[in-house]
Amino acid sequence: MLKVLTVVAIVIIISAFAVENFDLSASGYAVGDEAVDFSLKNVDGNMVSLSDYTEAKGFIIVFTCNTCPFAAANEDRILALDKKYSELGYPVIAINPNNPSVKPGESFSIMQKRAKQKQYTFPYLVDQGQKVFPKYGANKTPHVFVLQKEDDNNIVRYIGAIDDSVREPESVDKRFVEEAVDALLAGKKVEVETTKAIGCSIKA
Amino acid sequence: MLLSNLECYSILKMQSGDYLIINFAKNNIFLSLRLILTVFVTLLMISCKNEKSAENADLSVNSDQKSVVKDENEIKVVSYSFNEFEKLLYKEDDKLHIINFWATWCKPCIEELPSFQKIRKEYAHKGVELTLVSLDFPKQLETRLVPYIKKHNIEAEVVLLDDPKGNDWIPKVDSTWSGAIPATLIYDANHRKFYERSFSYDELKQEVEGFVN
Repeated sequence: MLKVLTVVAIVIIISAFAVENFDLSASGYAVGDEAVDFSLKNVDGNMVSLSDYTEAKGFIIVFTCNTCPFAAANEDRILALDKKYSELGYPVIAINPNNPSVKPGESFSIMQKRAKQKQYTFPYLVDQGQKVFPKYGANKTPHVFVLQKEDDNNIVRYIGAIDDSVREPESVDKRFVEEAVDALLAGKKVEVETTKAIGCSIKA
Repeated sequence: MLLSNLECYSILKMQSGDYLIINFAKNNIFLSLRLILTVFVTLLMISCKNEKSAENADLSVNSDQKSVVKDENEIKVVSYSFNEFEKLLYKEDDKLHIINFWATWCKPCIEELPSFQKIRKEYAHKGVELTLVSLDFPKQLETRLVPYIKKHNIEAEVVLLDDPKGNDWIPKVDSTWSGAIPATLIYDANHRKFYERSFSYDELKQEVEGFVN
Protein backbone atom coordinates (compact mmCIF):
# COMPACT_ATOMS: atom_id res chain seq x y z
CA MET A 1 0.00 0.00 0.00
CA LEU A 2 2.79 2.34 0.96
CA LYS A 3 4.49 1.61 -2.34
CA VAL A 4 1.33 2.40 -4.29
CA LEU A 5 0.92 5.67 -2.39
CA THR A 6 4.51 6.60 -3.08
CA VAL A 7 4.08 5.95 -6.78
CA VAL A 8 0.85 7.96 -6.84
CA ALA A 9 2.53 10.81 -4.97
CA ILE A 10 5.46 10.84 -7.37
CA VAL A 11 3.14 10.92 -10.37
CA ILE A 12 1.22 13.83 -8.86
CA ILE A 13 4.39 15.73 -8.13
CA ILE A 14 5.79 15.17 -11.60
CA SER A 15 2.58 16.14 -13.34
CA ALA A 16 2.19 19.16 -11.09
CA PHE A 17 5.49 20.68 -11.97
CA ALA A 18 5.29 19.66 -15.58
CA VAL A 19 2.14 21.75 -15.81
CA GLU A 20 3.74 24.55 -13.85
CA ASN A 21 6.72 24.53 -16.14
CA PHE A 22 4.64 24.70 -19.25
CA ASP A 23 2.66 27.60 -17.89
CA LEU A 24 5.78 29.58 -17.31
CA SER A 25 7.31 28.49 -20.61
CA ALA A 26 10.28 27.81 -18.44
CA SER A 27 11.89 24.93 -20.26
CA GLY A 28 15.59 25.49 -20.73
CA TYR A 29 18.09 27.50 -18.78
CA ALA A 30 17.49 30.62 -16.78
CA VAL A 31 20.22 33.11 -15.99
CA GLY A 32 22.31 31.66 -13.15
CA ASP A 33 21.88 28.04 -14.21
CA GLU A 34 24.83 25.84 -14.94
CA ALA A 35 25.04 24.93 -18.64
CA VAL A 36 26.02 21.41 -19.60
CA ASP A 37 28.97 20.73 -21.81
CA PHE A 38 28.50 18.90 -25.10
CA SER A 39 30.51 17.17 -27.75
CA LEU A 40 29.31 18.18 -31.22
CA LYS A 41 30.74 17.83 -34.69
CA ASN A 42 32.25 20.93 -36.25
CA VAL A 43 32.20 21.76 -39.97
CA ASP A 44 35.87 20.69 -40.09
CA GLY A 45 34.88 17.20 -38.94
CA ASN A 46 36.37 17.49 -35.44
CA MET A 47 34.36 17.16 -32.26
CA VAL A 48 34.16 20.30 -30.11
CA SER A 49 33.42 20.60 -26.37
CA LEU A 50 33.47 23.59 -24.05
CA SER A 51 36.07 21.74 -21.97
CA ASP A 52 38.49 21.94 -24.93
CA TYR A 53 38.82 25.67 -24.25
CA THR A 54 41.04 25.56 -21.20
CA GLU A 55 42.01 29.23 -21.46
CA ALA A 56 38.50 30.62 -22.01
CA LYS A 57 36.81 32.78 -19.38
CA GLY A 58 33.46 31.99 -20.89
CA PHE A 59 31.59 31.52 -24.13
CA ILE A 60 29.21 33.22 -26.51
CA ILE A 61 27.00 30.32 -27.64
CA VAL A 62 24.94 31.26 -30.71
CA PHE A 63 22.18 28.99 -32.00
CA THR A 64 22.04 29.90 -35.65
CA CYS A 65 21.44 28.20 -38.99
CA ASN A 66 21.88 28.27 -42.77
CA THR A 67 18.42 29.23 -43.94
CA CYS A 68 16.84 31.76 -41.56
CA PRO A 69 17.09 35.26 -43.05
CA PHE A 70 17.25 36.75 -39.56
CA ALA A 71 20.20 34.50 -38.78
CA ALA A 72 21.81 35.57 -42.06
CA ALA A 73 21.17 39.22 -41.18
CA ASN A 74 23.14 38.63 -37.98
CA GLU A 75 26.01 36.65 -39.50
CA ASP A 76 28.40 39.60 -39.77
CA ARG A 77 27.55 40.61 -36.23
CA ILE A 78 28.38 37.09 -35.00
CA LEU A 79 31.71 37.25 -36.80
CA ALA A 80 32.39 40.65 -35.24
CA LEU A 81 31.63 39.30 -31.77
CA ASP A 82 34.13 36.48 -32.21
CA LYS A 83 36.74 38.83 -33.58
CA LYS A 84 36.40 41.14 -30.62
CA TYR A 85 35.86 38.72 -27.76
CA SER A 86 37.66 35.51 -28.56
CA GLU A 87 41.02 37.06 -27.70
CA LEU A 88 39.50 38.48 -24.52
CA GLY A 89 38.52 34.97 -23.43
CA TYR A 90 34.95 34.75 -24.72
CA PRO A 91 34.99 32.83 -28.02
CA VAL A 92 31.87 32.36 -30.14
CA ILE A 93 30.57 28.81 -30.54
CA ALA A 94 27.83 28.53 -33.18
CA ILE A 95 25.43 25.60 -33.08
CA ASN A 96 22.90 24.71 -35.77
CA PRO A 97 19.89 23.20 -33.96
CA ASN A 98 17.78 22.49 -37.04
CA ASN A 99 17.06 19.00 -38.28
CA PRO A 100 18.20 18.69 -41.91
CA SER A 101 15.65 15.96 -42.57
CA VAL A 102 12.93 18.53 -41.84
CA LYS A 103 14.74 21.32 -43.63
CA PRO A 104 17.26 20.11 -46.24
CA GLY A 105 18.92 23.54 -46.42
CA GLU A 106 20.33 22.83 -42.97
CA SER A 107 22.51 19.93 -44.09
CA PHE A 108 26.09 19.49 -42.93
CA SER A 109 27.52 20.13 -46.39
CA ILE A 110 25.64 23.43 -46.70
CA MET A 111 26.90 24.37 -43.22
CA GLN A 112 30.42 23.66 -44.44
CA LYS A 113 29.87 25.77 -47.53
CA ARG A 114 28.47 28.65 -45.50
CA ALA A 115 31.33 28.56 -42.99
CA LYS A 116 33.88 28.54 -45.79
CA GLN A 117 32.20 31.26 -47.81
CA LYS A 118 31.93 33.66 -44.88
CA GLN A 119 35.25 32.51 -43.39
CA TYR A 120 33.89 31.65 -39.98
CA THR A 121 36.55 32.14 -37.32
CA PHE A 122 34.52 30.09 -34.85
CA PRO A 123 33.26 26.49 -34.81
CA TYR A 124 29.89 25.86 -36.45
CA LEU A 125 28.53 22.71 -34.83
CA VAL A 126 25.77 20.28 -35.73
CA ASP A 127 23.31 19.56 -32.95
CA GLN A 128 23.15 15.93 -33.99
CA GLY A 129 19.79 14.45 -33.01
CA GLN A 130 18.64 17.88 -31.76
CA LYS A 131 19.69 17.08 -28.19
CA VAL A 132 21.54 20.20 -27.05
CA PHE A 133 19.22 23.06 -27.97
CA PRO A 134 16.30 21.84 -25.79
CA LYS A 135 18.61 21.65 -22.78
CA TYR A 136 19.59 25.27 -23.31
CA GLY A 137 16.03 26.24 -24.12
CA ALA A 138 16.87 27.80 -27.46
CA ASN A 139 13.63 28.20 -29.39
CA LYS A 140 14.67 30.19 -32.40
CA THR A 141 17.60 31.28 -34.53
CA PRO A 142 19.49 33.40 -33.80
CA HIS A 143 19.43 32.87 -30.02
CA VAL A 144 22.45 33.68 -27.85
CA PHE A 145 23.59 32.30 -24.49
CA VAL A 146 26.56 33.95 -22.78
CA LEU A 147 28.28 31.61 -20.34
CA GLN A 148 30.85 32.49 -17.70
CA LYS A 149 33.32 29.94 -16.40
CA GLU A 150 33.29 29.61 -12.65
CA ASP A 151 35.74 27.01 -11.40
CA ASP A 152 34.97 24.36 -13.95
CA ASN A 153 31.30 25.16 -14.39
CA ASN A 154 29.76 27.26 -17.12
CA ILE A 155 27.15 29.57 -15.67
CA VAL A 156 24.50 31.19 -17.89
CA ARG A 157 24.80 35.00 -17.61
CA TYR A 158 22.77 36.25 -20.55
CA ILE A 159 20.05 34.85 -22.84
CA GLY A 160 18.59 36.57 -25.86
CA ALA A 161 19.38 38.65 -28.90
CA ILE A 162 22.72 39.97 -30.12
CA ASP A 163 21.39 43.52 -30.11
CA ASP A 164 18.17 45.51 -30.22
CA SER A 165 17.66 45.51 -33.98
CA VAL A 166 17.68 42.08 -35.58
CA ARG A 167 16.43 43.17 -38.98
CA GLU A 168 18.47 46.31 -39.53
CA PRO A 169 22.03 46.59 -38.28
CA GLU A 170 21.92 50.32 -38.96
CA SER A 171 19.22 50.81 -36.31
CA VAL A 172 21.16 49.21 -33.46
CA ASP A 173 21.27 51.26 -30.27
CA LYS A 174 21.99 48.64 -27.65
CA ARG A 175 24.47 45.83 -28.16
CA PHE A 176 23.14 43.41 -25.56
CA VAL A 177 25.74 40.64 -25.93
CA GLU A 178 28.64 43.08 -25.96
CA GLU A 179 27.31 44.85 -22.88
CA ALA A 180 26.92 41.51 -21.10
CA VAL A 181 30.42 40.28 -21.93
CA ASP A 182 31.96 43.67 -21.14
CA ALA A 183 30.31 43.58 -17.71
CA LEU A 184 31.60 40.05 -17.06
CA LEU A 185 35.11 41.01 -18.16
CA ALA A 186 34.97 43.97 -15.77
CA GLY A 187 33.83 41.69 -12.95
CA LYS A 188 30.43 43.34 -12.85
CA LYS A 189 26.91 41.98 -12.89
CA VAL A 190 25.22 41.84 -16.28
CA GLU A 191 22.60 44.59 -16.35
CA VAL A 192 20.23 43.33 -19.04
CA GLU A 193 20.19 39.56 -18.55
CA THR A 194 17.45 38.50 -20.97
CA THR A 195 16.09 40.01 -24.15
CA LYS A 196 13.67 39.02 -26.88
CA ALA A 197 13.84 39.24 -30.66
CA ILE A 198 12.02 37.88 -33.67
CA GLY A 199 13.60 34.75 -35.06
CA CYS A 200 12.89 31.58 -37.00
CA SER A 201 11.41 28.78 -34.98
CA ILE A 202 13.75 25.80 -34.70
CA LYS A 203 12.90 22.94 -37.02
CA ALA A 204 13.37 19.79 -34.98
CA MET B 1 5.54 10.98 -31.58
CA LEU B 2 5.59 8.83 -28.49
CA LEU B 3 9.35 8.98 -28.37
CA SER B 4 9.48 12.72 -28.75
CA ASN B 5 6.92 13.05 -25.99
CA LEU B 6 9.02 10.92 -23.75
CA GLU B 7 12.07 13.00 -24.49
CA CYS B 8 10.19 16.14 -23.80
CA TYR B 9 8.87 14.67 -20.63
CA SER B 10 12.31 13.85 -19.39
CA ILE B 11 13.48 17.37 -20.20
CA LEU B 12 10.66 18.91 -18.22
CA LYS B 13 11.39 16.54 -15.41
CA MET B 14 15.06 17.35 -15.43
CA GLN B 15 14.55 21.06 -15.42
CA SER B 16 12.05 20.92 -12.66
CA GLY B 17 14.07 19.23 -9.96
CA ASP B 18 14.81 22.40 -8.05
CA TYR B 19 11.19 23.37 -7.76
CA LEU B 20 9.92 20.08 -6.49
CA ILE B 21 9.08 21.07 -2.96
CA ILE B 22 7.54 24.42 -3.79
CA ASN B 23 5.39 22.98 -6.48
CA PHE B 24 4.27 20.15 -4.34
CA ALA B 25 3.09 22.57 -1.72
CA LYS B 26 1.47 24.84 -4.26
CA ASN B 27 -0.64 22.20 -5.87
CA ASN B 28 -3.53 20.59 -4.14
CA ILE B 29 -2.69 16.93 -3.75
CA PHE B 30 -6.33 16.04 -3.42
CA LEU B 31 -7.07 17.06 -6.97
CA SER B 32 -8.25 14.17 -9.00
CA LEU B 33 -5.26 12.24 -10.23
CA ARG B 34 -6.96 11.53 -13.52
CA LEU B 35 -7.58 15.18 -14.17
CA ILE B 36 -3.98 16.08 -13.51
CA LEU B 37 -2.76 13.31 -15.74
CA THR B 38 -5.08 14.32 -18.54
CA VAL B 39 -3.94 17.89 -18.37
CA PHE B 40 -0.36 16.74 -18.14
CA VAL B 41 -0.56 14.54 -21.22
CA THR B 42 -2.47 17.17 -23.17
CA LEU B 43 0.04 19.84 -22.36
CA LEU B 44 2.87 17.56 -23.32
CA MET B 45 1.23 16.91 -26.64
CA ILE B 46 0.87 20.63 -27.19
CA SER B 47 4.31 21.57 -26.06
CA CYS B 48 5.96 18.79 -27.99
CA LYS B 49 4.00 19.28 -31.16
CA ASN B 50 5.99 18.48 -34.23
CA GLU B 51 6.35 20.50 -37.34
CA LYS B 52 4.44 17.92 -39.29
CA SER B 53 1.13 19.35 -38.23
CA ALA B 54 1.89 22.35 -40.39
CA GLU B 55 2.88 20.19 -43.30
CA ASN B 56 -0.32 18.21 -43.09
CA ALA B 57 -2.22 21.43 -43.21
CA ASP B 58 -5.06 21.90 -45.55
CA LEU B 59 -3.97 21.27 -49.09
CA SER B 60 -6.84 23.04 -50.79
CA VAL B 61 -4.85 26.17 -51.45
CA ASN B 62 -6.47 26.46 -54.82
CA SER B 63 -9.95 26.79 -53.43
CA ASP B 64 -8.92 30.18 -52.14
CA GLN B 65 -7.70 31.30 -55.48
CA LYS B 66 -11.04 31.52 -57.24
CA SER B 67 -11.30 35.05 -56.03
CA VAL B 68 -11.25 38.00 -58.35
CA VAL B 69 -7.82 38.92 -59.54
CA LYS B 70 -6.95 42.18 -57.90
CA ASP B 71 -5.83 45.20 -59.68
CA GLU B 72 -2.12 45.59 -59.08
CA ASN B 73 -2.53 49.09 -57.81
CA GLU B 74 -4.98 47.98 -55.17
CA ILE B 75 -2.48 46.24 -52.95
CA LYS B 76 -1.32 48.51 -50.23
CA VAL B 77 0.64 47.30 -47.27
CA VAL B 78 0.80 49.79 -44.46
CA SER B 79 4.00 49.95 -42.50
CA TYR B 80 3.61 50.49 -38.77
CA SER B 81 5.85 51.17 -35.84
CA PHE B 82 4.73 49.19 -32.81
CA ASN B 83 3.07 52.23 -31.25
CA GLU B 84 0.96 52.69 -34.35
CA PHE B 85 0.31 48.98 -34.62
CA GLU B 86 -0.66 48.34 -31.00
CA LYS B 87 -4.26 49.53 -31.45
CA LEU B 88 -4.89 46.53 -33.71
CA LEU B 89 -4.34 44.32 -30.68
CA TYR B 90 -7.04 46.02 -28.65
CA LYS B 91 -9.99 46.70 -30.93
CA GLU B 92 -13.13 47.07 -28.94
CA ASP B 93 -15.85 45.76 -31.21
CA ASP B 94 -18.00 42.66 -31.54
CA LYS B 95 -15.58 40.87 -33.86
CA LEU B 96 -13.20 38.01 -33.32
CA HIS B 97 -9.71 39.14 -34.31
CA ILE B 98 -7.08 36.73 -35.50
CA ILE B 99 -3.67 38.36 -35.63
CA ASN B 100 -1.05 36.18 -37.27
CA PHE B 101 2.65 37.08 -37.14
CA TRP B 102 4.47 35.77 -40.20
CA ALA B 103 7.02 36.51 -42.92
CA THR B 104 7.34 35.43 -46.53
CA TRP B 105 10.67 33.76 -45.75
CA CYS B 106 9.26 31.75 -42.82
CA LYS B 107 8.38 28.28 -44.11
CA PRO B 108 6.04 27.12 -41.34
CA CYS B 109 4.31 30.52 -41.58
CA ILE B 110 3.51 30.28 -45.27
CA GLU B 111 2.51 26.66 -44.83
CA GLU B 112 -0.22 27.66 -42.42
CA LEU B 113 -1.42 30.71 -44.38
CA PRO B 114 -3.95 28.79 -46.51
CA SER B 115 -5.63 27.50 -43.33
CA PHE B 116 -5.90 31.02 -41.98
CA GLN B 117 -7.36 32.27 -45.25
CA LYS B 118 -9.87 29.45 -45.35
CA ILE B 119 -10.99 30.12 -41.78
CA ARG B 120 -11.29 33.81 -42.61
CA LYS B 121 -13.71 33.03 -45.42
CA GLU B 122 -15.70 30.42 -43.58
CA TYR B 123 -16.15 32.49 -40.45
CA ALA B 124 -16.54 35.91 -42.00
CA HIS B 125 -20.29 35.77 -41.32
CA LYS B 126 -19.53 35.14 -37.66
CA GLY B 127 -17.45 38.29 -37.45
CA VAL B 128 -14.00 36.79 -37.74
CA GLU B 129 -11.35 39.21 -39.00
CA LEU B 130 -7.85 38.19 -39.99
CA THR B 131 -4.84 40.49 -39.90
CA LEU B 132 -1.54 39.18 -41.22
CA VAL B 133 1.34 40.97 -39.56
CA SER B 134 4.40 40.62 -41.71
CA LEU B 135 7.85 40.74 -40.15
CA ASP B 136 9.56 40.80 -43.49
CA PHE B 137 12.54 43.02 -44.01
CA PRO B 138 11.21 46.56 -44.58
CA LYS B 139 13.49 46.88 -47.59
CA GLN B 140 11.70 43.95 -49.22
CA LEU B 141 8.20 45.35 -48.93
CA GLU B 142 7.85 46.13 -52.63
CA THR B 143 10.21 43.50 -53.96
CA ARG B 144 9.03 40.52 -51.96
CA LEU B 145 6.01 41.08 -49.73
CA VAL B 146 3.67 42.76 -52.20
CA PRO B 147 4.48 40.28 -55.00
CA TYR B 148 3.82 37.43 -52.55
CA ILE B 149 0.42 38.87 -51.65
CA LYS B 150 -0.45 39.18 -55.33
CA LYS B 151 0.76 35.75 -56.27
CA HIS B 152 -1.12 34.04 -53.48
CA ASN B 153 -4.19 36.19 -53.74
CA ILE B 154 -4.18 37.11 -50.10
CA GLU B 155 -7.31 39.04 -49.35
CA ALA B 156 -6.86 39.51 -45.64
CA GLU B 157 -5.38 42.75 -44.42
CA VAL B 158 -1.59 42.61 -44.42
CA VAL B 159 0.45 45.10 -42.42
CA LEU B 160 4.20 45.35 -42.08
CA LEU B 161 5.43 45.72 -38.53
CA ASP B 162 8.53 47.77 -39.10
CA ASP B 163 9.92 48.29 -35.64
CA PRO B 164 13.45 47.17 -34.95
CA LYS B 165 13.12 47.22 -31.16
CA GLY B 166 11.75 43.72 -30.72
CA ASN B 167 12.90 43.49 -27.13
CA ASP B 168 10.56 46.36 -26.28
CA TRP B 169 7.48 45.32 -28.23
CA ILE B 170 7.51 41.49 -28.25
CA PRO B 171 6.50 41.30 -24.56
CA LYS B 172 3.72 43.82 -25.25
CA VAL B 173 2.10 41.43 -27.72
CA ASP B 174 2.27 38.67 -25.14
CA SER B 175 4.50 38.18 -22.12
CA THR B 176 5.12 34.53 -23.01
CA TRP B 177 6.23 35.12 -26.58
CA SER B 178 9.89 34.31 -27.24
CA GLY B 179 9.79 36.06 -30.60
CA ALA B 180 9.74 32.91 -32.72
CA ILE B 181 7.32 32.91 -35.65
CA PRO B 182 4.75 31.80 -36.60
CA ALA B 183 2.78 33.17 -33.68
CA THR B 184 -0.91 34.01 -33.43
CA LEU B 185 -3.10 36.10 -31.18
CA ILE B 186 -6.86 35.53 -31.11
CA TYR B 187 -9.05 37.91 -29.17
CA ASP B 188 -12.54 39.28 -28.82
CA ALA B 189 -14.08 41.69 -26.37
CA ASN B 190 -13.88 39.17 -23.53
CA HIS B 191 -11.08 36.74 -24.22
CA ARG B 192 -7.59 36.67 -25.53
CA LYS B 193 -5.26 33.79 -26.31
CA PHE B 194 -1.72 33.77 -27.63
CA TYR B 195 -0.11 30.87 -29.46
CA GLU B 196 3.58 30.47 -30.26
CA ARG B 197 3.06 27.55 -32.63
CA SER B 198 1.93 26.44 -36.08
CA PHE B 199 -1.68 25.63 -36.87
CA SER B 200 -3.30 23.09 -39.15
CA TYR B 201 -6.72 23.98 -40.49
CA ASP B 202 -8.45 21.69 -37.98
CA GLU B 203 -6.48 23.03 -35.05
CA LEU B 204 -7.23 26.61 -35.96
CA LYS B 205 -10.89 25.84 -36.54
CA GLN B 206 -11.09 24.27 -33.11
CA GLU B 207 -9.64 27.39 -31.48
CA VAL B 208 -11.96 29.69 -33.42
CA GLU B 209 -14.95 27.50 -32.54
CA GLY B 210 -13.97 27.86 -28.90
CA PHE B 211 -14.32 31.61 -29.26
CA VAL B 212 -17.38 31.98 -31.44
CA ASN B 213 -19.54 29.44 -29.62
